[in-house]
Amino acid sequence: MSAPLLSLREIRKSFGDNEVLKGVSLEVQAGEVVSIIGASGSGKSTFLRSINALEIPQSGFMDFEDTHFDFRTESRFFPSQTQLQALRARVGMVFQSYNLWPHMTVLENVMHAPVKLLKMPRREATEQAEALLSRIGLLEKRHSYPARLSGGQQQRVAIVRALAMKPRLMLFDEVTSALDPELVHEVLVLMASLAADGMTMLLVTHEIAFARDVSSRVLFFDKGVIAESGSPDILRSPESDRLKQFLHRILHDQVGHSVSLEDGRGGQA
Amino acid sequence: MTRFWNELHLYGPGFLQASYTVFGITILTIAVSWICGLLAALAQRSRYRVVRIVAGFYIWFIRGTPTLIQVFIIYFGLPQFGIRLSPFAAGIIALGVNSGAYVAEIIRGGLTAIPRGQTESALALGFSPAETMRSIILPQVFRIILPAITNEAISTLKNTSLLSTITVVELTLYAQTLIAATFRPFEFYIAVALIYLVLTTILTTLAGWLERRYAKLS
Repeated sequence: MSAPLLSLREIRKSFGDNEVLKGVSLEVQAGEVVSIIGASGSGKSTFLRSINALEIPQSGFMDFEDTHFDFRTESRFFPSQTQLQALRARVGMVFQSYNLWPHMTVLENVMHAPVKLLKMPRREATEQAEALLSRIGLLEKRHSYPARLSGGQQQRVAIVRALAMKPRLMLFDEVTSALDPELVHEVLVLMASLAADGMTMLLVTHEIAFARDVSSRVLFFDKGVIAESGSPDILRSPESDRLKQFLHRILHDQVGHSVSLEDGRGGQA
Repeated sequence: MTRFWNELHLYGPGFLQASYTVFGITILTIAVSWICGLLAALAQRSRYRVVRIVAGFYIWFIRGTPTLIQVFIIYFGLPQFGIRLSPFAAGIIALGVNSGAYVAEIIRGGLTAIPRGQTESALALGFSPAETMRSIILPQVFRIILPAITNEAISTLKNTSLLSTITVVELTLYAQTLIAATFRPFEFYIAVALIYLVLTTILTTLAGWLERRYAKLS
């Protein structure tokens, strides 16, 4: 097996007295799609946010490509502001609440980071942004402001805004949770198509069907640790009681959006 | 009264000149106040306690003391320390620093209205905190605070009349010299009031136009 793209060891994070991550370790190979499930408060979002250092862990080690971080403040491998920015430029992240910038058009939203951060010439950045927008079928909306778009459209623009930086890894933090049910599918199809393209992805999700059909690995977070992990089969035949209970609870009130890799290949890709 | 109207053409050019002065002082004062206000608003969010305290003291002092006294401190007080400013410069600094404290409070309110996610999405792409503030947060803040900042600009314009006390020949002082010569306070103060009204109306119209333009964008 080749060296992992991302490796995290013994990540710990507390907010005050509340220890949210109790020493979490994970290795991700290039091209893997890792789904993270778990109850709210289990630490799964904090873990995802640690990977691009939106939350700085109290301790733990991280290797991503040629970067090595040691999150103990006294360490000489503690990330500097410049190193944080360099890391984040190579790791894309999409949020539950889209967070498009309302004062910029859709096109400007997608171009802004490549122009400012990668110093990409405006013409090239425009072409790239237009190509990405046509991939998601929103080219004709390029001069619209985000407020004119539906939630699903905004979230798909947020995804290509991250892709415009040509990230090596994409993080998705409950990206469909804020969407109206009928808009969830279009976002999942886009994510499936990214997976089909070989993008390395980590996603925190409540879409069990999506996790089952698209991911290469599933992690179940419980009380700050990875309580169970393995192939998506663990969603059908969980071993631990905690995962059994969790799945029982959420499958009861979820019909589930069935999206497969095939959808991604045949869909809007 | 009729004599006033008959002689208006004599005073017209002087009033026009004084109006230019008022407008010029106002524009420069607004520039100073936005710089002071932005610095103070950002300083209040600094991670350094000392910086936050200095900004808090500035806002507390300015809001708690009369504007006229602040003008006197700058114009009459500073020369004791060898800092001698022209009436014009002293006026702009005093009014700018004064208005800056109010602008700081307006900007602080605007900053709290921007969702945390706006900052996070920019940071997550690799933007520095400074660039995030500059290109993502402040443009949104500016739209939100435009009405409040217009009010503040109008106050600033009206406050320029205080500078008559430090010999800046703006509208109020010009009117006073004419009144001293003609003994017609009513006509001249009414005339001055009307000119202030025209100037503030220009400001309000300008701001209204900006606001409508932004409303169209989102």
